[in-house]
Order: sequence, then C-alpha cells, then structure tokens
Amino acid sequence: MTKARIDDRFAALKAEGRAAFIAYIMAGDPDLEQSFEILSGLPGAGADLIELGFPFSDPMAEGVPIQRAAQRSLAAKTTLAKTLDLVRRFRLQDTATPIVLMGYLNPVLNWGFEAFAAAAADAGADGLIIVDCPPEESGPLADALDAAGISLIRLAAPTTDDARLAIVARRTSGFMYYVSVAGVTGAKEADETAVAPAVVRVRQASGLPVAVGFGIKTPERAAAIARVADAAVVGSALVDEVAAALAEGSPATPKVLVKAAALAQAVRTARA
Amino acid sequence: MNATSPPNTWDSYPDVNGRFGDFGGRYVAETLMPLVLDLDRAYAAAKADPSFQAELNGYLTHYVGRPSPLYFAERLTQHFGGAKIYFKRDELNHTGAHKINNCMGQILLAMRMGKTRIIAETGAGQHGVATATVCARFGLPCIVYMGETDVERQKPNVFRMNLLGAEVRPVTSGTGTLKDAMNEAMRDWVTNVADTYYLIGTAAGPHPYPAMVRDFQSVIGTEARAQMLQMEGRLPDAVVACIGGGSNAIGLFHPFLADEGVRLIGVEAAGHGLESGLHAASLTGGRPGVLHGNKTYLLQDPDGQIIDAHSISAGLDYPGIGPEHAFLHDAGRAEYVSATDEEALDAFKLCAELEGIIPALEPAHALARVGEIAKDLGPDRIVLMNLCGRGDKDIFTVADALGRRI
Repeated sequence: MTKARIDDRFAALKAEGRAAFIAYIMAGDPDLEQSFEILSGLPGAGADLIELGFPFSDPMAEGVPIQRAAQRSLAAKTTLAKTLDLVRRFRLQDTATPIVLMGYLNPVLNWGFEAFAAAAADAGADGLIIVDCPPEESGPLADALDAAGISLIRLAAPTTDDARLAIVARRTSGFMYYVSVAGVTGAKEADETAVAPAVVRVRQASGLPVAVGFGIKTPERAAAIARVADAAVVGSALVDEVAAALAEGSPATPKVLVKAAALAQAVRTARA
Repeated sequence: MNATSPPNTWDSYPDVNGRFGDFGGRYVAETLMPLVLDLDRAYAAAKADPSFQAELNGYLTHYVGRPSPLYFAERLTQHFGGAKIYFKRDELNHTGAHKINNCMGQILLAMRMGKTRIIAETGAGQHGVATATVCARFGLPCIVYMGETDVERQKPNVFRMNLLGAEVRPVTSGTGTLKDAMNEAMRDWVTNVADTYYLIGTAAGPHPYPAMVRDFQSVIGTEARAQMLQMEGRLPDAVVACIGGGSNAIGLFHPFLADEGVRLIGVEAAGHGLESGLHAASLTGGRPGVLHGNKTYLLQDPDGQIIDAHSISAGLDYPGIGPEHAFLHDAGRAEYVSATDEEALDAFKLCAELEGIIPALEPAHALARVGEIAKDLGPDRIVLMNLCGRGDKDIFTVADALGRRI
C-alpha cells in the first residue's frame, strides 16, 4: 500500500518533533529532463514530501507563477502519462519520499479514474490532490483511488465551516491540505496567527496531519507556519526560480534546489 | 398540436446536485464551494419570492423593453420558399442583445444577497456591456475580465463599458480569450469571497448558474411561445438558435421542451470548417470533460487539455457549452448543427438586404441554417429563430472579412 509512505513519513517527523517541508514543483517545467533532475534532488535538499504538479491549460486556482509553470510544461509537451514516468524513474532511486500528484480534474477524467489510479499506483505515487473536485463531486474518484491504495488529499479553506469540514474530511487520508488564504496560489501572504486556530480545527475534524499552503514564499514564512502546522507547502516560490533561471539563461535545477534547501532548513529549525 | 403546454417533465432538471443527467455539477475549488452553495440557496429563495419576480418583471418591461416583438420575416420566407420564418426580436432589447435579461435577474439577486462588488467575464463584450449597464443603473462597482485578443477586436464595446463606468481588465494569461477571461474572473472571486458577486454571462459554470441563467433567459421562449399562439394559433414546427455557451438557445428552447412536436435546433460555430480543427463546435467536435465548474462537452486534446475555439463571432468563441445542452444532445431532445464563418457572413448580408435588419454575427450563424430548415419543413410550416443580438458591434469585423475599409 502506497498510502503507508505518507503515514510513515508524518509519524517519523512527529517523533522528531518537527513539521514537514513539502516542495511543490511542476512536472515538465522547464522540460521533462530538468524537472526530473529537480525532482531527484529535492529529498537531498530537505524536502520531506513532494507535490508533483501535472499541467492543465486552465488552472483556475493558480496565481501567475504556477500558471506560467503550467504553460512552460505544456509547451514542453508534458502529459499526465509523462508525469507518471517521472514518478516511476524517481522510485528507482528513492522509495521513502512520498509523492503527491496535484492538478485539475479534466486530465484525470480524460484518462479514466480506475485506469489512472492503477497507473499512478504502479508508478509509485502516494496521493492525489485535485483542486477543482470538491467532496460533492469526488465519489467515483475516491472509489478508484481507494481500490489502488492512493490517498485522496482534500483541501479545506478559510471559507470551510465546521459542518463542511466534516464532509471534506470524510474520505481524506494521508493529510489534509489547508488553504491558508482565500485566493489563488502565491498571491497573498499566510498569517500564522490566523492559520494556527484553523489548523487545530482541521486536525480535530480529520484526525490527520495538516499541511498549510498557498501563501508561503520565504524561509521566514515557512518557519512561522511550521511552528503551528504539521507541514508547510511551498510552490510558487520554487517555480519562480525556474522562471528566473530561464530569464538569465542559467540551469534551473541548482536555483530551485538552493531555494528548496533554504526553505527546508527554516522548517527544520522552526521549533528548535 | 396542443395550444396549452403539457406538464414540463424536463423541469425536473437539474437535480439537487445541479446535474442534468451526467452533466453539470459543481467542480470548483473548496474556497468557492461555500459561496456556490450559498448562491444556490439565495437563488432558490428569490425564485420562490413573488416580490423578486415582480421587481424583475418591472425592470424587464420598463428598462429592458420587453416583451420583444415576434416578427414574420416575409421576404426571407419568400426567398427560401419554404416554411414561414419568424424572428424573436431580442436584438431590440436595451444594449442590443439577450444578455441583459440575465444580467437584470442576477444584479437584483446580488443586491438581495448584500454583495457590493460585481465581476464578470466577456468575450465579444455584449455580456460585459450588459453587466456594466445594470451596475451603472444600480450604482455598483463593476470589473469586467476580457481576453486581450478580444479587447483588441472589440474596441467599441470596451469603450462602451468604460462609458458605463466599468473597469475592463485585459487578460493576458493562457491565450487571452473568453475561457481565460472566465478563469481570471474565477481567480478574482476566490480572492474576494466576502463582498463579490460573479455575474456569469452564459448558461454554464458551477450549479446553480446553468439553471439560473436558463431561468432568466427563458423569458425569450415563454414570450415567443405565447406570441406565436396569438399570431398563428399554433406552435412552431422548429425553433432555432445559435450556441456559444448557449444561454439564448436554452432560453428559447426550455419553454418548448415539453412540446414534443417542436424541433429544437442549436447552431454551433464551425469557424473555418469542422475538418479544419479551427472551430467552436463543442458538441459536434468535442467530448465530455470538466471545465469552469461543470461537466459538459469540451474541445480538448488527447491529454484532456482544453483547445482554443475559433469563430468569426467572438460571442461563440468558447470551447465548451452549457451542460443542459450537453444533456439535451445526448437525450436526443435537441438537434445540434453548425455553420461556418463564411456561411454566417452570407446570412448576415442576406438579412440586412432582405429584411432591413443587421443581425449580430452570432444569430447570423442560426440564420445560415434556417433557410435549409425552412425548405426542409416545406410551406404551411413555421420556423422560429431567435435574433438574439444586433450587428452594430460587428460592422468592423464584417468589413474586415469583406476586405472593405470603414
């Protein structure tokens, strides 16, 4: 069961008494080979879990950095199948770091839920986050993922009240993803004083570790969130490093990994 | 054919989850789910409130100019030599298209909900103009997202929106067309959850938008049905409308759904031709998927990425279609055909020359199929087409296509 990889990782970190650093990158950004290099280097840079985005032409919940990452990825002819190939190659060298796929429903629906879930499990993916598939619409997807042993990780938002939180938590496993701000990714800044009580609420409703994302760009923010949550997710700030590398004509991998290492360090030492 | 309508079993759609059969639903980010559910409750309450309906009807009569006439297009009928051709004259509405029917309903709902900021997406700019108009009328700030490609090709409408006090925000993300404008409006909504009302212009998006927009546009079909009974003493044999997202078509079709003898014919935009790949015919050339909050037919590539639509008509230039049309298509209750850019241009000229009516390029697509339908039905039959917009906004596009300078 691949779900175990996520549970094991959070259990180990709890024993260490620290939060997880979750790094988000976009598959195929800036191209498949460089994104594989980045993916391969993330555990060494200190990523405890990895969210691997797969591109969609119309990413409605993303801010400009991840929109552009998706466009670069699509320009590099990335598909959902090629995204799973990256996971498969990664698993040849790392069997411990959980990989959670993140994206929009249409490419998954287009593949077929059962067939996709089986292929994702076979490649070595551990979880799936679908931004535009709320609990009300995710029954068939949840069934398919359950059958394949993959965690469906749902999002809770500042607009999610207690009654809805119970619905959101019902078929979620691995961890809950708390969207720290009402907005798109990478736009507003997460405020730990507002986030802290929400994390407690989500943790109580789900009985799961709570990862916080959507507004964390700097090591300082990451550390502040890591003091109140079980994991801090950073995405836009990492894909912005890819954009910066392309702008200056330098290789993307070292820039992304240096940034990831700084964020990981901040999370690791946040509660020290 | 019965003069009175039988009970409309089609009224049972959508179900409580916003489903028209397999289509529709609410595919939005969790942040928006509580807002969409709240809108559903607020709309259900307004729909059941006679004072809301009375207020809406008052504005439709005195501000929009309803009912719009039903007009016998005598010279086009003679020209084609088949069934009698009637136009529902929704191009005579204030702001020149059917869009304002929906905007008036939604702005009253937004105020009822206590929202203080209105956002909208627009393609050709007709929905943007209609939204800016009702916002001006009721004193609410209005922000319209419009793809930068469309800002360039629809300058008169951008200026109109500005005159009406709206802020037009050009959208450069994606490919800078209507679908990207809708993405950007969704991003605004998810960022401004407390005060903002998203006034969607077509019968698509997460539930309750497809049903709500249909209800507000059904005034078209309800009026036309009664007018036809009065003028001809019978129902039409076929009703025809153009389809982008499909709001004018569903507004015309819905009151006729239970009239089984009435053929419902939607005309999609075939652009340069279906075989060219450059078209906007989601039903004819697409397959089911999820975009913008609903499951419906979409133009998409083998990996499920959305493909850009193409049409000479910016109002039809959308890679999806309202979920109720997807349902009616699969259920076989409505027929969907298409017309190319060139066929629409020919119909545009024909309508101007024979009837003295310059139609918008959108209904020109419907008219492009009406001649054949009329001939096919034969004399003594009746075909009703929704002339859903006037062509003033299109004269630059048409001049360009005809190689003329104005």
